[in-house]
Amino acid sequence: MPKLKSLDELRELRSRLKHEIKARTETATTITVGMGTCGIAAGAREVMQAFLDELSARQIDAHVVTTGCIGMCSKEPLVDIQQGNEPRITYGNVSPAMVPRIIEEHLIGGKVVQEWAVGRLVKEA
Amino acid sequence: MADLHRADVLVSCRHGRTPELVTALRDEIERRGLAEEIRVVETGCSGFCSVGPVITVRPEGHFYASVQPADVPELVEETLVKGRFVQRLAYKEAAGRKAITRYEDLPFYAKQMRIVLRNCGMIDPRSIDEYIAVGGYEALGKVLTSMTPDEVIAEIKKSGLRGRGGAGFHAGRKWEATRRAKGDIKYVIANGDEGDPGAFMDRALMEGDPHAIIEGMIIASYAVGSHQGYIYVRDEYPLAVENLTLAIQAAREYGLLGEDILGSGHSFDIRIVRGAGAFVCGESSALMQSLEGKVGEPRAKHVHATDRGLFDRPSCLNNVETLANVPQIILNGADWFASIGTERSKGTKAFCLVGKVRNPGLIEVPMGMTLKQIVNDIGGGPPKFRKVKAVQTGGPSGGCIPASMLDIPVDYESLTEAGSMMGSGGMIVLDDRTCMVDISRYFLEFLKEESCGKCAPCREGIKRMLEILVAMTNGTAKAGDLERLETLAKTVQTASLCGLGKSAPNPVLSTIRYFREEYEQHIKDGYCASGACRELTAYVIVDEKCKGCGLCIKVCPQEGISGEQKQPHYIDQAVCIKCGACYDVCRLDAIKIVPKAAVSLGGNGGNGHGTPAATPAKDKPGAAKGKA
Repeated sequence: MPKLKSLDELRELRSRLKHEIKARTETATTITVGMGTCGIAAGAREVMQAFLDELSARQIDAHVVTTGCIGMCSKEPLVDIQQGNEPRITYGNVSPAMVPRIIEEHLIGGKVVQEWAVGRLVKEA
Repeated sequence: MADLHRADVLVSCRHGRTPELVTALRDEIERRGLAEEIRVVETGCSGFCSVGPVITVRPEGHFYASVQPADVPELVEETLVKGRFVQRLAYKEAAGRKAITRYEDLPFYAKQMRIVLRNCGMIDPRSIDEYIAVGGYEALGKVLTSMTPDEVIAEIKKSGLRGRGGAGFHAGRKWEATRRAKGDIKYVIANGDEGDPGAFMDRALMEGDPHAIIEGMIIASYAVGSHQGYIYVRDEYPLAVENLTLAIQAAREYGLLGEDILGSGHSFDIRIVRGAGAFVCGESSALMQSLEGKVGEPRAKHVHATDRGLFDRPSCLNNVETLANVPQIILNGADWFASIGTERSKGTKAFCLVGKVRNPGLIEVPMGMTLKQIVNDIGGGPPKFRKVKAVQTGGPSGGCIPASMLDIPVDYESLTEAGSMMGSGGMIVLDDRTCMVDISRYFLEFLKEESCGKCAPCREGIKRMLEILVAMTNGTAKAGDLERLETLAKTVQTASLCGLGKSAPNPVLSTIRYFREEYEQHIKDGYCASGACRELTAYVIVDEKCKGCGLCIKVCPQEGISGEQKQPHYIDQAVCIKCGACYDVCRLDAIKIVPKAAVSLGGNGGNGHGTPAATPAKDKPGAAKGKA
């Protein structure tokens, strides 16, 4: 580790390090991956890893959490995306190859990838 | 740079069986192939010591209490793989046994305000990267690049930050005096010599967030114009020494300690000095003597340490908790800090809430919260059906505040007015099974051991006071002893050289002030109502109340209780060791504490059953007079 020579260098380092403790900070976005036996069998772990890699590479502020089987086993791996107070969107049959587009269009662009979405959950007021 | 982790498992803290738990967690996570996505972080003390080791899983916020290594496979399978909460390991509220699953919902934390302890239990104290990631050293950068030393001092003065070591001197004024003092070489010293029985907040801070102290020290050094600092830690705190050492090394590697910090031209370095654990070395002048390698004895303070302290040079000595507040004040502004607390006591204070409460632990509350709120809302009140009798604050130099006064706010002035003091932050809750004379005796015994012996009032006075208190607790006290004790206490208070001696009589004087009748009972009646003074106490069973349930028979370690089922039981006074186990277990209030002199050992098989007039009332002290 070379010595920090200015406040800017410290801030630069901090912005990189902030990413490492992401799980402990507040974020507005939560990506939930179905991790029941059905999900894992259908490749949920690879999908989750793909999300983590992509978020890491693009330095996007989001949490990735797991959940158990929610019953729609035929559509596993299922991935839910919740952004702030927006409706919660569920994607079905997600493969690692689909991850970059979901992140690009939905997380960054704010536009749901309609052809892959299988559900939409609006929070009751 | 490491990859993004989806979850952090925070384990606190590194005491007890936690290392085994951490190993078990890491092994299990590795075995299940989750090592790349889940990280186990060992944090400092999270404060909730009564249910440790605790595990918090982020980002979900799942909170698990008292986790054992054997629980690990289930926890990993359910929570980390499937995302489900393990109900079995939930924290259950003492009252109502309601399970609480999320960290954010715990009442223990809800009433707290964590400024100094904000990183304790949240980050890995051995990683400077995590400290920087949560905004660490940003305040230092701000000070070095955009503030003059005078502006820093003005900011600290404006914030109203006062010394957290006990006396409550304004930190800003101390810094200013050191800055104005003549001399090229000045020192910044952090006092981590925490010695109060039952207090561990400085240890938790040094172990759990050492960089906050170091950052505070560097800011202080810039403000007062110092280039060398010392952290004085007692050697009984090996983990604190270890974590501080690692932190200093890391700060040097990053160029945050040493020459030309962050390109500002300011240079500062820190050395750790380990003390031998003498209580008096927490006193500023004794601490500096000890730093110089001399015997830790205080000296008269005609000249302030800010003018001539360590090696006769201007020295700025602050408690570690005071220093850890500094970065937050710089970052959030003096006005923010001054908005917390009461008119004259600003900010928060860390306390070690111990003794007879359901949730003992390390807490931090805004100044001005009442003792009642702390004891009941955060501490969960006393266990079982006991009542709070008093709260002892300020350690051996502090005093006892009776239950009737628990509505007073916790700040420097109110506590001093009540005959106690803020002190470094020990807070011991005493219940009705505690004898105030015995508590005084305990603290005085501690102080007698710790008196350095330099001045006669402290050295001899405390010893004589202790002798009187011992006599009171074993039934050999004479009439007039209470008055003698008071005279002695006032002499020691007036004539002692340093703070240790001056404050040593506080536990005695405050308990006499609020519990005088208890002292009188000890002397005149040979009676200790709480049963804590064993040599004065006998336990007897009240026939009318005893239903013969047999609970006391089961708990008596001496097998000294007998009786038929559903018939009143008997205690054999000849074998009774006055442990009080029967008294504590009895749900019918059928066991009574009486003066030892009131029961006879001879006759009727030696049991105290049926002894008449067992309760000494003030109007008939004759019952026990013979004993005294």
